[in-house]
Amino acid sequence: MNRRPVFLICVLGFGFAFFYIPILSMMVYSFNASRLATVWGGFSTKWYASLFANRQIVAALVLSLKIALLSATVATILGTMAGIALARFRRFRGRTLFAGLVTAPLVMPEVITGISSLLLFLLMADWIGWPGQRGFTTITLAHITFSMVFVTTVVQARMIQADRAIEEAAMDLGSRPWQVMFDVTLPVIFPAILSGWLLAFTISLDDVVITSFTTGPGSTTLPLLIWSKVKLGVTPDVNALATLTVLIVGVGVALAGWLLNRAARRREREMRLAYRANE
Amino acid sequence: MKARSPGTDGAFARWFHRTGWVRLLIGVPYIWLLVLFVVPFLIVVAMSVATRTPTAPPFGYGGDNPVLNFEGYARLFTDDLYIRAFTISLSNAGLATGLCLALGYPMALGLTRVRPAWRQILLMLVILPFWTSFLLRVYAWMGLMGSSSWFNQMLTGWYNAAVPADWALRSLPMMHSNFAVVLVMVYTYLPFMILPLYASLERLDPVLDEAAMDLGTRPFGVFLDVTLPQSIPGIIAGGLLVFIPAAGELVIPTLVGDAGSPMIGRVIADEFSQARDWPMAASVAVALLVLMVGPMMLYAHYQSKSDEAAS
Repeated sequence: MNRRPVFLICVLGFGFAFFYIPILSMMVYSFNASRLATVWGGFSTKWYASLFANRQIVAALVLSLKIALLSATVATILGTMAGIALARFRRFRGRTLFAGLVTAPLVMPEVITGISSLLLFLLMADWIGWPGQRGFTTITLAHITFSMVFVTTVVQARMIQADRAIEEAAMDLGSRPWQVMFDVTLPVIFPAILSGWLLAFTISLDDVVITSFTTGPGSTTLPLLIWSKVKLGVTPDVNALATLTVLIVGVGVALAGWLLNRAARRREREMRLAYRANE
Repeated sequence: MKARSPGTDGAFARWFHRTGWVRLLIGVPYIWLLVLFVVPFLIVVAMSVATRTPTAPPFGYGGDNPVLNFEGYARLFTDDLYIRAFTISLSNAGLATGLCLALGYPMALGLTRVRPAWRQILLMLVILPFWTSFLLRVYAWMGLMGSSSWFNQMLTGWYNAAVPADWALRSLPMMHSNFAVVLVMVYTYLPFMILPLYASLERLDPVLDEAAMDLGTRPFGVFLDVTLPQSIPGIIAGGLLVFIPAAGELVIPTLVGDAGSPMIGRVIADEFSQARDWPMAASVAVALLVLMVGPMMLYAHYQSKSDEAAS
């Protein structure tokens, strides 16, 4: 079994080339001086300059960030509650439906989620006069709904792994139950809550389909703006915007992953040392 | 939502039951999902049997038509547009799933064989595109497939070298085709295939492989008899995570697809916003969902089984 799996390594190489060549090509062409997006015309950073001068893009980015911050935060609260409930309570009335409800949006085709949210908002406006105009509020409500289930999945998985005995030990030692909740349970699952929030944030920041159904006049998020531009074809300024996005997200995620990995390794080392000291 | 007897739940859970906090903990997300997920879905079902009217909002019940109007569903089976849209969607999604499996399986297996230090970095490289914008990953391929791009020209050069001179082309017609749709789907959904496969392959005990080898099985035989059967849950989970969103995909066919053969997601969106035929759009949406219910329940089943295995 110690032979080098040459075939597997070749496929890995091909796979990673497949993953990254399109992105690298896009990055290179964002520095293209030519107006024609796919023909090289020399090096230039002018598309980056025009990006920062474009008020429309800046406004769309601000709107997207606002929606993502608010919806990720609410989704994290709701999703964590659902995750704790499903992991700690094995039986309650309606649990099967509840478990189904936190799985269905994960796999529901986005077009259907989008169209059903829009119909809800349209009919509510018709019946109770709210929401009068679609925009920030309706987009945020829709984003909370489909991103909270991702938080639930992450939190639930962590809760199932976490040792219930710690909670019970804390109660036996005389902690009040709410203290157990805030001093034991939540700190233990905090990394999961954090990665759930990050996931909800990026999902919201990235969404096109559901946003396009729940938006209204004047509320253009960054993905909607990019969507309307790329429908017309490849342009150098979108290349520049894409490069910045990929770099910012890539560095952020790589950094977060490195920090989490380092923390996990340090914890492992400390545990090993502790065990050795006890021997 | 009243809590029943706690059963096997721990002391902490029992306290939640005793004090009634459990109702808040379960009730708030439950009601949220009922109002913003279940109710909208019921509206779509009700809309699918409404009649299109020239009023605002553009639907009603009754009038000259039966109160429950099933015309939308009937048209799904008679109108060529919908039949073709469903066929193309399912075949594109199936093809993309198969190709993701063909490329993703050896990649996931390869990831379990590289040194642990490398494995972390490579796994991160698989996940990284997933965190960056979906729309921009589709866009990156628009740049590569365009007729004047270096990639298209490179492939055209290879093609022209391989075929007789009078078949030579100035560029390959890659954009706006089903080929482009499937290719970009494979590209964007491949991480969804690799990650569950990796998770199920990583758990396998290498001792089993060695035992089979010691008993004289050849490496490929070990793969077929030992590795493959044990990774079937990963194959099913990954396959469904690719197939379900691919079948309802809207962004990819709109950007790189052939306008003459629209996929189902695009048909729903067009019926709704351009034709303003809400009942028809709802009928197509319900039909798509009915087709997807089987795969979705299968996925939920495997998901809960792997949760149980972890607990």
